[in-house]
Amino acid sequence: MVTAVTSLSRSGLSDWLVQRVTAVILLAFFGFIGFKLAGGVSYAEWSALFAQSWMKVFALLAALSLAAHAWIGMWGVFTDYLTERLMGGKGNVLRIGLQLLTSLSLVIYVIWAVQIIWR
Amino acid sequence: MLQVSIYRYNPEQDAEPSMQDFQVDTGGKDLMVLDVLELIKGQQDTTVTYRRSCREGVCGSDGVNINGKNGLACITPLSECVKGNKLVIRPLPGLPVIRDLVVDMSLFYAQYEKVQPYLQNDTPAPAIERYQSPEDREKLDGLYECILCACCSTSCPSFWWNPDRFIGPAGLLQSYRFLADSRDTATEERLARLDDPFSVFRCHGIQNCVNVCPKGLNPTRAIGHIRGMLLKRAA
Ligand code: SF4
Ligand code: SF4
Ligand code: FES
Repeated sequence: MVTAVTSLSRSGLSDWLVQRVTAVILLAFFGFIGFKLAGGVSYAEWSALFAQSWMKVFALLAALSLAAHAWIGMWGVFTDYLTERLMGGKGNVLRIGLQLLTSLSLVIYVIWAVQIIWR
Repeated sequence: MLQVSIYRYNPEQDAEPSMQDFQVDTGGKDLMVLDVLELIKGQQDTTVTYRRSCREGVCGSDGVNINGKNGLACITPLSECVKGNKLVIRPLPGLPVIRDLVVDMSLFYAQYEKVQPYLQNDTPAPAIERYQSPEDREKLDGLYECILCACCSTSCPSFWWNPDRFIGPAGLLQSYRFLADSRDTATEERLARLDDPFSVFRCHGIQNCVNVCPKGLNPTRAIGHIRGMLLKRAA
């Protein structure tokens, strides 16, 4: 059976709120990056930008938001389509397997992002 | 002659469902879809099975999928649904088929039951009746009119995937009907039961429900109000 145990917060309201807040942060971050790139940047300017603390915090926030946002989104997709109801017992196996894979990749991405940003 | 194609399935005999074609003489009249079904059952094949009762959009028993869109057969005129002289009638999607156009509504009713669709008030009962101001009564407009035809919930993808966990548009509209009622005192308990990730929050605002409701109701708006109440409660 599909349960809420593996959802991010187990509360529909918190998940929903987190999804919205992280969406705004991601929009701001990628909007900012896009704006900078569109202006054309040199390597020196780029690394100077990322050397500033506020930019590091901003980028880290974006990385964490991405992880939370992706988890909630993927959890929704998996619990919609990969279920016992739709595909029998193998639905559960597939769903749990992909959930593990997703969480593992997200943790790796976040650690990797921290390493890049705080180098 | 109108070309009609009807979903046929008798689980006791048929290995799988099939579509059966009929030709119906409408006499050039703009009949309702239910009239066409009656003509077929009366004149061509008595085994065609469907539910109907009031034949005037009140009882909610003849919800079917008409040319791809859910609606009540009795109040859907051919002029509104037929394209290229073809009429395709299938059972409401997502629910188990009992026979032909008759679906098993148990899952739908179980969700309705979950929202405890009756007035709850723990204050002493007054001598005659509980009064409600005209303004408070107005808040129930657009909610109480639901006839539980299931056209909305069975057009909602979120309900197709999780009919056992997501309450669905019909149940949630009724849930809000009692949340919004000034005479109901169980608001807190009602909201507490809706906070999990499935009951309300599986709604992604696709609005299929609004698109099909034969009573012109707006479950998406009601769901938005519930979400607002949950937010307020948490704040
Ligand atoms: S909200 Fe509309 S479509 Fe849904 S069950 Fe009620 S009357 Fe039918
Ligand atoms: S708005 Fe919500 S309840 Fe209505 S069809 Fe879409 S997901 Fe379902
Ligand atoms: S027969 Fe009653 S609503 Fe159509």
